[in-house]
Parts: sequence; structure tokens; C-alpha cells
Amino acid sequence: MEEIYLDNAATTKPYPEVVEKMKIALTTTYGNPSSLHRMGIEAEKMIKEARKNIASKLDVSDKEVYFTSGGTESNNLAIKGAVNSLKRHGKRLITSSIEHPSVLNLFKRLESEGYDVKYLQVDNEGIIDLEELKAYLNDETILVSIMGVNNETGSIQPLAEIGELLSDYDNLYFHVDGVQSFGKVDIPLSKIGIDLYSISAHKIHGSKGTGALYIKRGTRIDNLISGSKQESGIRPGTENVPGIAGFGQAVELLPSQDDKEKMYRLKELLVTRILDEIEESYLNGPKIHSGAAHIANISFAGVKGEVLIHTLERDNIYLSTGAACSSKQDTPSYVLEAMKVKPKLIEGAIRFSFAPSTTEEEVNYTVDKLKDAVKMLRKIMQR
Amino acid sequence: MKRVYMDNGATTPTAPEVLEVMKPYFTDVFGNASSFHSFGREARNAITEARDSVAKLIGADDSREIVFTSGGTEADNYAIKGVAEALEKKGKHIITSSIEHHAVLHTCQYLEKKKGFEVTYLPVDEDGMVNPADVKDAIKEDTILITIMMANNEVGTIQPIVKIGEIAKEAGVTFHTDAVQAVGSIPVDVNQLNVDLLSLSGHKFNAPKGIGALYIRKGTKVAKYLHGGAQERNRRATTENVPGIVGLGKACEIALNAMDEKSAKLIALRDRLISGIEEQVDYVKLNGHRTERLPGNVNFSIRYIEGESILMKLDLEGIAASSGSACTSGSLDPSHVLLAMGLTHEVAHGSLRLTLGNYNTEEDVDRILDVLPKVVTDLRAMSPIYNG
Ligand SMILES: Cc1ncc(COP(=O)(O)O)c(C=O)c1O
Ligand SMILES: Cc1ncc(COP(=O)(O)O)c(C=O)c1O
Repeated sequence: MEEIYLDNAATTKPYPEVVEKMKIALTTTYGNPSSLHRMGIEAEKMIKEARKNIASKLDVSDKEVYFTSGGTESNNLAIKGAVNSLKRHGKRLITSSIEHPSVLNLFKRLESEGYDVKYLQVDNEGIIDLEELKAYLNDETILVSIMGVNNETGSIQPLAEIGELLSDYDNLYFHVDGVQSFGKVDIPLSKIGIDLYSISAHKIHGSKGTGALYIKRGTRIDNLISGSKQESGIRPGTENVPGIAGFGQAVELLPSQDDKEKMYRLKELLVTRILDEIEESYLNGPKIHSGAAHIANISFAGVKGEVLIHTLERDNIYLSTGAACSSKQDTPSYVLEAMKVKPKLIEGAIRFSFAPSTTEEEVNYTVDKLKDAVKMLRKIMQR
Repeated sequence: MKRVYMDNGATTPTAPEVLEVMKPYFTDVFGNASSFHSFGREARNAITEARDSVAKLIGADDSREIVFTSGGTEADNYAIKGVAEALEKKGKHIITSSIEHHAVLHTCQYLEKKKGFEVTYLPVDEDGMVNPADVKDAIKEDTILITIMMANNEVGTIQPIVKIGEIAKEAGVTFHTDAVQAVGSIPVDVNQLNVDLLSLSGHKFNAPKGIGALYIRKGTKVAKYLHGGAQERNRRATTENVPGIVGLGKACEIALNAMDEKSAKLIALRDRLISGIEEQVDYVKLNGHRTERLPGNVNFSIRYIEGESILMKLDLEGIAASSGSACTSGSLDPSHVLLAMGLTHEVAHGSLRLTLGNYNTEEDVDRILDVLPKVVTDLRAMSPIYNG
């Protein structure tokens, strides 16, 4: 079997079309988009085209899409920018306890600066409690930041309901970390009333180092960085033309409805086979169809997730225990903790994440190997 | 018609060798460098190698002093705001020059307006040179940062960074230099320069756009700019731009090996271009220092015409040039750099920057020398203020 890469929530393989587009930008249309000459205009055109593609997928205007260096920067820009711009209206900020570190660590930082940050609890499917949100909302609240899809479990938040609750408040921005939801789950930004939406290219088969932030018209946020006038002055710095052009191309190849249905079928196959065939295995987070199609998180009692993924790597199967950027730290997943998964089971958790190209054969092979590996590791543990 | 690209100060094409080493990291080794598995580990190893190459090019003792960023602008912001935030309890005075890139200038203005800092903008002489004695005189009890660029992007003047570094060190003030135009073009050694922080950007020396680095000398206090994951030893969160980083590493390696050869070639082309223009076009003035100058930089004020109209004419001839910095092009304000050097508004408006790069040839220079005088003559013929 060739390598089976089921770590698509960590990063994805850029599509050949994306790489081709990037090569053009690297070698042919290499001008600086700010330059007035033809070389500059050609580069500018590539950016324009990418911006148009992305805006059209998000169903927003081109002028509302701003490029950044990735999901982390988009989140930092949205949150810091909103807080700095609205701070005279209040100090309350609301987020959830299962956000990505690029949101959570920033809020911790803002808390230490004196902001009043509320971290919403989640239920065992990883969903926030709207009543709790309602209770925290007040006239002092200037920002609510809730992710669309959780990167470890695929939980989908009730963004429409949240938007509805927020619509009663002024001087409050609604930010959504859409890095895992973009292209996977349809989120009608304007209808819901989302003011800021972060996305990242490398999660949708674009290249690492490029992201974007949707900033709804009329939403005023402060810059994160200062400099020249690129991205209408919101995000200075010579544009990463290859990355942006690749992003635009990747967006044209986002999963179709058929792809999504196929991913759900594969997820169902994987989860049901594992739960049926491996004793003491548990699905963490949302039920198969209430979560996103591309992520499943499963715990195996009596084994360490980390050891399990290393074992499977020998069979050319690539998985992870959870978020890549914290996978080096030995701390247990705060996401699973927040979902009240038992500590023993958190240790034995693995994240499976699919791409549209994932096949049934790969899933079956993975489950077969997983069965052997879990059996073997449990035996060793018992000795 | 062969196109001539002479705007390498704005950006450069990615070198084929650089693209070649990047390719596998788009396709086979596409993993997240933080991932445990082999995709991740291979990516991580590649980053380590690239970091070593960057460190080597700028003479850093330890490659852990290099933090990758999304480019020069971010590196400048990170350095300046980072030091300001880390040291604001100690003092709120910053020294910079009046000819910095907007990435530095606007960051300083931000700190002034929004964070209550006091910033001294040092003047420059008619060659665009900062006087180290002015730096020394400007240092006060509460000075926490000196930030002076290594080489100017518009006029190419190379600043006396060694001297300024000594002054900063003696005074115990953190010293940052924006070396975006210098790195890859002239020798840069962080220890010889006594800098604590140094910004560089890949796309100025044949690495891709969207990747840069900040050198942070061990022990220098800098608050971080992006919060999130633990990447870059907790100093810059976000999934690493592996292909970009690998490309930057390769470009550094090439720059180090070819430095002498490249700069000798560029200096020869540059000086031929300068003397050619001076001989063939009347009423021109070379901006910037004649010798303490980036090997690829040519900048002239051409009297009685608008810089932008020259650019348009040249563009029609397939020649890509600029009037100053790319980032301010399209704006009607004259260059803050030229004004700081004492040029009048009127003269500053008629500037033309030609910046040579690795791929320029003698033919390119000849082409310019063939086309430019005619363009100038034509434009002047239409000018109401020029009467031969
Ligand atoms: C939910 C979520 N938000 C933000 C990020 C950060 O994106 P990036 O790696 O592009 O900085 C990630 C992935 O790493 C993510 O999964
Ligand atoms: C001197 C100088 N500093 C900073 C920058 C900004 O670098 P970047 O475009 O990589 O953000 C540039 C170029 O644009 C520059 O010439």
C-alpha cells in the first residue's frame, strides 16, 4: 500500500494545479504588485483573480477579502484588531474553551492585559451552550469569537443561532475562526451576520503561509502591522503572490457536494468499523453526521495515542493525536478535556482527517492495521 | 522586443535553483512541520537546514537566533513593536532616521500616536547618510531602541551601521537594522555590525515573496507578534511556510557563495549605467552616495519631467523601472527619502530608480542607455517649463 495520509486537518497536499499556478508566479509574473509597470500589473492581476475566487466562494464582495500569512495571523488580526478598535465600548470578550491556540492564547494574553474574557463551556459533542452565551452577553461585550469547526473533533458550532443572539447588540463584532470550516461546511457569512472570518490556504490544498480574513464592509479593525499600503493598508508587506495565486486556485477545487458526501460515507465506514470491531473504542465529540465530514476523533482504551500513531506509521499510515501545533507538548488535549472525555481516554485519542481524494480502500486498510496495532499494544501494556 | 526588468529593488524573480529545492515541499514532503510523523519530521529537518543557511549568511552565532516571518514588513514590525512592548517600562524613546522604509516609519508613528512613545527621526545629509554623531547625541536616559536601516531602498545609500552599532552597544541600547535591501546584496555580519535585531526579506534576493526572517540576538527582549501555537520556539505561531523557508535557505546559500562575483558584476553594470546617463542626459543628478551604495542601485533626478511619465514611456518600451519604492508608487506625494536629502518637491518628483539584479546583462544596460535619452528628450519637448 502506498502512503495513506489521514492528517488533512493538520495540513493538506497542495493540488498539482495549485503548484503550477505558484510556479508561474514565482518565475514569470514575478513583479511586485505595487509596481506601475507591466510586470507589476500582471502580478496584481493574479491577486485580483484569487481575491475574486475566494470572495465568490464566501459569497461576499472582493473588497471584503484581505490576504494574510495564514490562519494564525488572520485570527490575531481579527481579534486584536477588533478589540483595539472597540475598546472604548467595553471590556468583555467571549470565546469558547475549545478554540485553536491562535485564538485561545491570544485571549489569555488579552485577559492579562485586563480584559474580561469569558470562555464558554461545551457539551460532550463540543457544542457551546447558547444560554450560557446569552447570560454573558451585555452592553460591555465588544467581541464574540467562536470557531466554525473544531480542528480536533470536527464539532460544528451553531453559528446562525449565535449570530441571531448577537444581532441585538451594537459595538460588538462577531469573529469566526473558519480555518477548518471553509470549504467543508457552508456558512452564509452575511446572512448570519459574521463580521470577521479567518481562513487558511494550506487546509484546502493550497500552500502554507497564506491566509485571508473576511472583513465585512463597515467593520473597523486596527492593523496588526504597520507599513505601506498593500491590502488597502490593512495588511502591509509585499504580497505573497505565489501563495495567494495558489490559494485562489485551490478555492476553485474545493470539495463538491459529492466529495463531501463521499467523505461522510468514508467517515461512517471508518467509525462504525472501528467501534464494531475494536473493543473499548469510543467516538469523541459529535456524532458522525453532526460533525464535519473530514474529521473523526476516536479513543482506544488502554493504549497511548502517540504510540499508536507511531506503530501505524510503520504501515505507511499517517495520523495525529490532535492539533499539530501542540502535538509536541506533552499536555493532554484541552479540547477533549472540555468535552469531558475521561483522562485515560484522552491519552488514547487519535484524529483521523480526510481529503476528497481519500478512498474506501485506504479506510479499510487503516482499520485493519489499526485492529492489529491496538491488539498488540494492549497486550504489551498488560504485561 | 526583449523585456528588461530593472526593478530588482522592488522584487526579484525566484532563482531556478531556488524553485527546484522548493518543489518537493509542495508535493512529496508537504507535511505540517509540527506533526510527529515522517512527513512532519522531514519538513522540520528542512527548516532546520534553511535556518542554518540564513544564520550563516548573516554571521549569526546560533541559528536559533533566526525567526522566520512572512517578509520584511512583518520582521520590522516584530522587532520594533516587540522591543517597545518588552521595554516600555524602562523607557519610551526610540531613535530612527527620516529615510526608513514605511514598514519602519509607520511602525514608529504608530507607537508615537497610539502608545505614547517619543520618536526622534534623525536627518540625513545630501547623500542620504545618517551621521553617527547624531545618533549618539540623540540617546537619552529613556532610549530603548535605535532602528536605522542598513541600506536605503530608494537611493541605495549604505549607512554607517558599524559605527552606529558601536554607539548603541556602548550606550546599552537595543539596536535594530532593517537590512532588507542589504542582505544577499552586500556582506552582512551581525557581530561585526553589533546589531541585536536584523530584518531580511527573501523576495529581494531571488527567494520567493512571503518569506523573511528576523535575527534576534540571544538575550534580546522582544515581545512576540503572533500568538498561537508553539512554532518557531514559541516566538512565531502559525504553520510554517516550509517551501518558502526552504527557498529562503537556498537563496542565502547562493548569495553567500556568489557574493563577491555578483557584486563585482553589478557594480560594473551600475557604474556604466550611471556614467552613461550622466553623459547622455542633461540636467540629471545622481541621488544617493556615489560609492557607499548598493551594487545594483541607480537613482537619478531628471529635471523638467515627472517620474511617472518616464516610467510609462519606458514600460511601453518593455523596460520595468520605478520612481522610488514600489510600495509608494501610485501615490502623488514625492519621496520622503528625497525630501529628507534636501531635494525640492519639484526635483523629487522627477526621479527614476533603476535597480539591477542577478539576471541583468550589459545588453540591458545598453538598451536603457539607448532608450532613456530619447524618452527624456521627448518628454521635455512637451514640458512647459523646459526650454532646452
Ligand atoms: C481551527 C484552526 N484555526 C487556526 C489555525 C491556524 O492556521 P495556520 O496554521 O494557517 O496559521 C488552524 C490550523 O493550524 C486551525 O485548525
Ligand atoms: C528597506 C525595506 N524594508 C522593508 C521592506 C518590506 O519588505 P517586504 O516587502 O518583504 O514586506 C522593503 C521592501 O519592500 C524594503 O525595501
